[in-house]
Amino acid sequence: MNGSVAKHARLMCFIALVLVNLALLSSVFAADPPDAAAAPVLLIENATILTISHGTIEHGSILIRDGKIAEVAQSIAKPQGAEVIDANGQFVMPGIIDCHSHIAVDGSVNEGSVPVSSMVNIADVLNPDDIDIYRDLAGGVTVANVLHGSANSIGGQTVVIKLRWRAPASRLPFEGAVPGIKFALGENPKRSNFSVRGQERRYPATRMGVEETIRAAFTEARDYEAKWDDYNKRTSAGEKNLIPPRHDLRLDPLVEVLEGKRYVHAHCYREDEILMLLRVAKEFGFKVRTFQHVLEGYKVADEIAASGAGASTFSDWWAYKVEAYDAIPYNAAIMTRRGVVVSINSDDAEEATHLNQEAAKSIRYGGLSPEEALKMVTINPAMQLGIDKRVGSIDVGKDADLVIYNHDPLSAYAVVQKTLIDGRVYFDRARDIAERADREKEKKALIDKEKKAAEKKFDEKKQNEKVPDKPPAKPDEKTKPPQSTQGSAANETHRVNNAVISAGGAL
Amino acid sequence: MFRHGLILVTAFLFPALLAAQQPAPKVYALVHAKIFTLAGAPIENGTLIIRDGKIVAVGGQVEVPQDAQVINGDGLQIYPGLFDPVTQMGLREIGAVSSTVDSTETGNYNPAVVALTAVSPSSEHIPVTRVAGITEVLAVPASGGMDSFGPAGVIGGQASAIYLAGWTVDDMQLKRSVAMVVNWPEIQTKTFDLTTFTRKEKPYTEAKLEYDKQVIELTDWIERVRHYAQAMGHGGPADFSRDLKLEALVPVVRGQLPLLIFADRSREIRNAIEFCDKQNLKMILAGGSEAYKLKDLLRSRSIPVILRPVLTLPLYEDDPYDRLLSQPAELSAAGVKFAFGSFDNSFARRLGQNAANAVAYGLPYDEALKAVTLYPAQIFGLADQVGTLESGKVANVIVTNGDPLEITSEVRYLFIRGQLTSLDNRHKRLFEKYSARPKP
Repeated sequence: MNGSVAKHARLMCFIALVLVNLALLSSVFAADPPDAAAAPVLLIENATILTISHGTIEHGSILIRDGKIAEVAQSIAKPQGAEVIDANGQFVMPGIIDCHSHIAVDGSVNEGSVPVSSMVNIADVLNPDDIDIYRDLAGGVTVANVLHGSANSIGGQTVVIKLRWRAPASRLPFEGAVPGIKFALGENPKRSNFSVRGQERRYPATRMGVEETIRAAFTEARDYEAKWDDYNKRTSAGEKNLIPPRHDLRLDPLVEVLEGKRYVHAHCYREDEILMLLRVAKEFGFKVRTFQHVLEGYKVADEIAASGAGASTFSDWWAYKVEAYDAIPYNAAIMTRRGVVVSINSDDAEEATHLNQEAAKSIRYGGLSPEEALKMVTINPAMQLGIDKRVGSIDVGKDADLVIYNHDPLSAYAVVQKTLIDGRVYFDRARDIAERADREKEKKALIDKEKKAAEKKFDEKKQNEKVPDKPPAKPDEKTKPPQSTQGSAANETHRVNNAVISAGGAL
Repeated sequence: MFRHGLILVTAFLFPALLAAQQPAPKVYALVHAKIFTLAGAPIENGTLIIRDGKIVAVGGQVEVPQDAQVINGDGLQIYPGLFDPVTQMGLREIGAVSSTVDSTETGNYNPAVVALTAVSPSSEHIPVTRVAGITEVLAVPASGGMDSFGPAGVIGGQASAIYLAGWTVDDMQLKRSVAMVVNWPEIQTKTFDLTTFTRKEKPYTEAKLEYDKQVIELTDWIERVRHYAQAMGHGGPADFSRDLKLEALVPVVRGQLPLLIFADRSREIRNAIEFCDKQNLKMILAGGSEAYKLKDLLRSRSIPVILRPVLTLPLYEDDPYDRLLSQPAELSAAGVKFAFGSFDNSFARRLGQNAANAVAYGLPYDEALKAVTLYPAQIFGLADQVGTLESGKVANVIVTNGDPLEITSEVRYLFIRGQLTSLDNRHKRLFEKYSARPKP
């Protein structure tokens, strides 16, 4: 990495996040994102390598070139000019893939006004400045399936991202990953726990209505598809002057689902609704790619396995609502034993910072092997998202998305030391700690500067008020009393109950 | 009718009468295990004797009584049961279903309500939590939790210490009233309405004014209680009439009952400390996300802290990403006494995981272990009964196959009040039931 420029840019980035009103300043200092320069040749040495695909290599080495894993072996000669990471006593595993995330979203994740919101796309509202991207990186996450919320039977379009912190929004999406769409069954789409007194209930308000909503939407989508097929057929047969069907932004993504070009990620809890969706999918001829949460998946694990759908679940969340009352921490283990490809997801920016630990719980609850546990946050979610040729294990030719821990990642005592994406170090604990003092200093300087400017403005305003003939200033932005002394307070959001907010948002 | 009412009232007033009707506890000898008493160095190949609900002997050279049921602890480790000092155990079953929720009263001042009154001994959360090695908790009213909705008021009621086993709530009682809950007011410019999913904002000046008003109101309450206590002390004037709310607060102003004050941001913590200083009240801080900013003050005032889970994101986006993870190490080095709490029911079983994570970020291991056993007991004045494995203490004991803070460790035996307690629970039963489902 080009040290001082990158460091400065990093500092600026943090400060810009804090003092949003300093947008002007930060744009002056805007520097190249870290992925603008060519990735260095990197050699990781002396590591315990958890390859996921072919066992553990003790004191092994990984060579990274052009952002890809070039070699994995017991010992690799250092190529000329390669940077070396000595991982003596440390553990390297593939970057964690979070199959259910809501980070990097600007504003609400729910377009909750309609029962079918397939016309909206999370990819359109990616926010690369979301600090949760960095926090999750620091937890070893390199890829996230960023989903729309669960307020609708058929929700918005979804996008798989790499956590390329400080890259522009356009660089976040995982190149070539199949886009998805969120479905939701049960209490959330029927708005059981979110009704407002006096307000009329939105359809659907029952599980019956949820099914009907999905069937109705796909019936429409089939007709729409048929119109286009007819048009295309007649056009290619040489018919002239045909009027094409009108594009329908709501139905286009559903046609993509029917054509297998868009993955269905279906939020669900209860066993009956899981089978319901499988029936509907069969009726219309599409596949459910993943069942999300799927807390009662263990009750119908054979049916899920037979359908080919993956299951992405929580480690041990339960009892926050009725449909989560039969949730058990053995869920992942039972489904795994019955042949389902299972991943452990976060649904929450905090939970994502320790998905390795969450995976470890299936060793205790259900007796999975350590290897099976680690798969649930690496290769299994990669398979579920159709990106397993690129990521999810440490194999030659795959993207160098890696995380380095100081201990066995299945332990609560393990701390992420470095996170790499495409062979670049995007998180480095030692560097983060080293830069804290500078960041504090710079933050203070900027706050002082703001304060001074505000005080000056305030004084000037006072001066102006003393001039008798001048009309009083309009109470607009420019003449407000000094905000900065209160600014930090006014900008604060009480985020202690983070879980509460995200719980309602997506669970 | 009347007769029934009378019996109920009698039972209510004399819970001790009911507690007496327990099955006779057995005598147990746990042998050949490594014993972490937390009252001295670990004992290799040690023996621990339980009789009549109490630990009667622990050490390397202890004779096994004739009448003891012997449990071979070869390859196993023995610890005091874990103590979770902030939960809503028994007070809330399913977060989203209000009819199963008794954790938070309506209104701002509820000093007379007591958690124990509403603890359901049949809650499925209790056996689920036991599996994580937790043997006693505080049921804390108005203490939030992941699945709680709505505001929690200012004075939330009295927290109760309970054992996580018992046929009746009286069996479960460790101490009926251990602290008075205060949700310290906050300067809130931004709020989030979960029912409508909207964010609301108000100017700082307005939020500050509301805050000041609430603090003045709280101060006023304490002043009234002082007058009331004085009147009570003098037998009361002629027109003295009882007020249960004020009466409930009398032990607080007399220094007999600590305030358990929930506050996270430094300015609110500081204000709470100043308030307790001025009013001469005993304070325990709960939450404490920014306790590190006031560590010297907390130490000098001997104010202990119940830390919310370290697996919580920092308050501010420019805080270091590991702000809460590294705080316990910082507080420990500064000499601030603290315990870890889950602040929840469903996540109570993550108590050990949170303590381990604090160790990963610099907290000495022994301190982490004490922060989920001995320290919560000391902070709430229960260390003469629980928290360590010492002769004379209540036999709340866990036998594990490894470090009780580690995710993959299992509890093999669990004793509460000297009774070998079942590790069966709803989750295990469902696991067994559906593991046995034939292939369709």
